[in-house]
Amino acid sequence: MTSPALALRDVSFTWPGRGGFSLTCPGFALDQGESVLLLGESGSGKSTLLSLVCGIVTADRGQVIVGGTDLTMLRPGARDRFRAERIGVIFQQFNLLPYARVSDNILLPLRFAPERRKRAGNAPAAAAELCARLGLPADVTAQPAGWLSVGQQQRVAVARALIGRPSLIVADEPTSALDAATQDSFLSLLFAEAAEAGSSLLMVSHDERLGGRFDRVVRIGDIVTAVRAAA
Amino acid sequence: MILRLAVGSLLARALTVGMTVLAIALSVALFLGVEKVRTGARASFADTISGTDLIVGARSGSVQLLLYAVFRIGNATNNVTWESYEDIAVRPEVDWIVPISLGDSHRQFRVMGTTPAFFDRYKFRGGRSLAFAEGHGLEDLYDAVIGADVAATLGYAVGDPIVVAHGLASFTEHDDQPFRVAGIVAKTGTPVDRTVIVGMEAIEAIHVDWQSGAKIPGQTTPVEVIRQMDLTPSAITAALVGVKSRLQVFQLQRWINDYPEEPLLAVLPGVALQELWQIVGVAETGLIGVSAMVVVTALLGMMAMIFSSLNERRREMAIWRAMGARPMTILGLLVLEAVLMAAIGAALGFVLLYAGLLILRPFIDAAFGIWLPIDWPSAREAWVVAGVIGAAALASLLPALRAYRLSLADGMMVRT
Repeated sequence: MTSPALALRDVSFTWPGRGGFSLTCPGFALDQGESVLLLGESGSGKSTLLSLVCGIVTADRGQVIVGGTDLTMLRPGARDRFRAERIGVIFQQFNLLPYARVSDNILLPLRFAPERRKRAGNAPAAAAELCARLGLPADVTAQPAGWLSVGQQQRVAVARALIGRPSLIVADEPTSALDAATQDSFLSLLFAEAAEAGSSLLMVSHDERLGGRFDRVVRIGDIVTAVRAAA
Repeated sequence: MILRLAVGSLLARALTVGMTVLAIALSVALFLGVEKVRTGARASFADTISGTDLIVGARSGSVQLLLYAVFRIGNATNNVTWESYEDIAVRPEVDWIVPISLGDSHRQFRVMGTTPAFFDRYKFRGGRSLAFAEGHGLEDLYDAVIGADVAATLGYAVGDPIVVAHGLASFTEHDDQPFRVAGIVAKTGTPVDRTVIVGMEAIEAIHVDWQSGAKIPGQTTPVEVIRQMDLTPSAITAALVGVKSRLQVFQLQRWINDYPEEPLLAVLPGVALQELWQIVGVAETGLIGVSAMVVVTALLGMMAMIFSSLNERRREMAIWRAMGARPMTILGLLVLEAVLMAAIGAALGFVLLYAGLLILRPFIDAAFGIWLPIDWPSAREAWVVAGVIGAAALASLLPALRAYRLSLADGMMVRT
């Protein structure tokens, strides 16, 4: 069997400052191509966990392995490069640089990831194709991202996460800003495109109703212990 | 793409960025403008007198001699006797010599007695000669030629009578012998503009009935008699000298300075002007300092603007980080934005400066006699602009470092 898309082992992390919020995760893994929903309320350590997975912060102890590479062993610059190459990130809201064109927003991660740029081939064409598949109007790519509706912006964020087929997609409550009907079609698109790209999907939400679509649903309390030191 | 994004980010904040750019533009325009006026004033100052090889007067200081003989500021400590003048005039080195006699005034303007040769010999601004805006030169004994400022201030036209006052700021007037305005000299930007020029002999003529600075009571010599008298002066205030060959200037200067009959001083106008400028130059250093502080203030304003924008841009920085941008890239982005603002500001400053110069130049020349040349930006100005951009980059480092630290600490946690 190949190495998992993501594996956390004996991870512990404490935010510097910030009232000493700390988090431990004895073990968690995500297979290649697998989709997992992490369920948890706010304050349960979701965002911290995602920051660890993306290598934006580094574990004090333990291993964070993405596609066979231990992020904790990488130097900061290499970690940033690794994130650009291998991980697509979708936030809850305000994903895009509002002043930049949609196409520039989609191509932004490729700017920091030469290999992913190669994988994407003709990058502007790939971006346009992704937009078309995500049901965005053809003329939208030249517009500033700030002109788009929230639903359209989230789909642009999906296109940005998927361009160049990164092995792991990390999504932080990407549907919470959308209404119920839009949520559904958004998730269908996200799943279809992640499957098309062969990417694993790790999504965080507090909404249990979304669970049915995923291979696995994990409650964050089962894998993570978050401690907020008394202020 | 980064550049395009930086420009987009600036355009998105057009109002605050625009104000900052405008502040930088104005400060750069001011700084370069002061620079232009300074060099222009210096050049105009150095051009006050040209074509004259030596200025001769009674022995004092070279700056003092220059001040009273050329700028008509202050007074001569002593006169030069007519005998000395003639001794100099017959020296083989001397090509021409023009006597100057000062001491009387008309209203707030000095009266200078000289010979018609003055109008041929006195040159300014790189060899330009005096030209008459109206009328003609000194022809009759009681002809007066007035400078452009005199005509403008007192509203005189050719043919108007002028009464010369004895001494400076005096209430005693030579009203028995009025002059007539024969000509008005076109604006020169030199002290000639503020001078009433009369004939050497006329100075002598109005003092016929005077002795030791006071009118002899009861004595009035009729004008007809005066016209018949020998009006060769007994003394003059100073003289302008031209030599036949420039090589002989120092030889003649030494001869005059060693003149045994009377203590005399001969100075080279260029050297004396430079000495005088060194005294005036303190002000120009102050001016430069003040306008440099204005540039610094504009850059500080930009720094404050970047600082205050950081908080609302934390989300943006988090996006950059999530996409794989290093903290260093974010630092670079902020510095790039500052450099862009400074560069646009400096370019705009140049446009403002040259537009202002084109519009104001004729007025400045007419009002102050300072001719500002419109040239391609000099190397010095290019350095100023490079300095402003460099300083902007430096000034932006502080907020950029803060953004760097924020982006490290925030991770993906910012939710706004």
